[in-house]
Amino acid sequence: MNSGLVSTSHLVLGLLARGERHGYDLKREHDLRFPSARPLAYGQIYATLERMQRQGLVDAVSRERVDGPDRTTFRMTRQGRKELTTWLAEVETPAPFVTNLFATKVTLALLTGDEGAAADYLRRQRQAHLARMRDYTRVKTDPESSLSQVLAADYALSHLDADLRWMETALDRVTGLTEEMP
Amino acid sequence: MTVAAALRADSDAEMNRSPLLSARSVVVSYGRTPALRGVTMSVGGGEIVAVTGASGSGKSTLLLCLAGILRPDVGEVRFGDRVISAESEAARSRLRRREFGVLFQFGQLVPELSAVENVALPLLLSGVRRRPATTAALEWLDRFGIADLADSRPPQMSGGQGQRVAVARAMVTEPVVVFADEPTGALDTLAGEQVLAQLVRVTREAGTTVILVTHDTRVAAYADREVVIRDGMLDEVATGSSDRPTS
Repeated sequence: MNSGLVSTSHLVLGLLARGERHGYDLKREHDLRFPSARPLAYGQIYATLERMQRQGLVDAVSRERVDGPDRTTFRMTRQGRKELTTWLAEVETPAPFVTNLFATKVTLALLTGDEGAAADYLRRQRQAHLARMRDYTRVKTDPESSLSQVLAADYALSHLDADLRWMETALDRVTGLTEEMP
Repeated sequence: MTVAAALRADSDAEMNRSPLLSARSVVVSYGRTPALRGVTMSVGGGEIVAVTGASGSGKSTLLLCLAGILRPDVGEVRFGDRVISAESEAARSRLRRREFGVLFQFGQLVPELSAVENVALPLLLSGVRRRPATTAALEWLDRFGIADLADSRPPQMSGGQGQRVAVARAMVTEPVVVFADEPTGALDTLAGEQVLAQLVRVTREAGTTVILVTHDTRVAAYADREVVIRDGMLDEVATGSSDRPTS
């Protein structure tokens, strides 16, 4: 099943695709290009690079000292590029089921027989979602935003919009649902 | 811009603004079918407010009332100190020409006229002479980055280009309020985004109030806040505390 998570190895391979980098550069570029993701830790990057070197996915090409510890520059091997190409082309299996806190809350509210509470919750949740969509819309329309930020905002907006559509439908169904629930 | 910066901007948008346009207990029926059943709401100067709701909820009827196009059966609509719902059709028509701009989903451009002629039209109808009207129209086309379309006619333009011309036309009289009803409903996502981003940028620069009617929450997210209409009434819970009706 698709876990929805990207492995650090594939991230590193993707970032090395445009040329040699050392660990510090990889961390910086990752955090810049994926501003919505959790920042990568240096330790995690270096441990991953060492493991990938043993697997033949990357090579260490040079070592230099710049105001501090040694920095090793890595490049992707032919095997690494093949692995990246395969992974990028691989279709991910959509999750077979979705667990969602909103749906669970509404269902439980209906089970307790409180149709009003379920509808009220949906309306207030809808308001909170739209407020967050306004934040992302500002990010998206800011001329200073990078393409990575715009793409991340588009993705977040699509998901929030899907939630909102479900809330609208759920709100319309609430009365009918209570009648159907055993 | 980061989301944190956007959150700060959100709280800035919450600052108090004096009410410019308001509806109080507005009721409208089409024959025996009620469209609005007592809506009260207000909009501050310079605000961008999305009026949302499902198809048939009454949101477009509310826009027609706020724009002075339709007179409510009961209740009143105020623009500043004026009770426009009590004014004659001629007075409301003058008000619309001078103070309001309108933008709809389809068909607002005259197909036989070029882009610049279309944009100049509201000025010509208000008595502005042809030369200054044309100059102003060209300036607005330029602000929307479509000066190169000045001599094109609507059938020669893409949907997005046509709608940008329509936005320029709505803005050419430098209105106090722009009323937009599903302005990007006929456009694909990216073309719609471009139109909305330009509409928001230009109206914010000019301090213009915008009433944006839409069923699409992604469009509503361009506004400062949302007013939700459900079955002809204001959904107060979904609208939230950010709506501050005037007394």
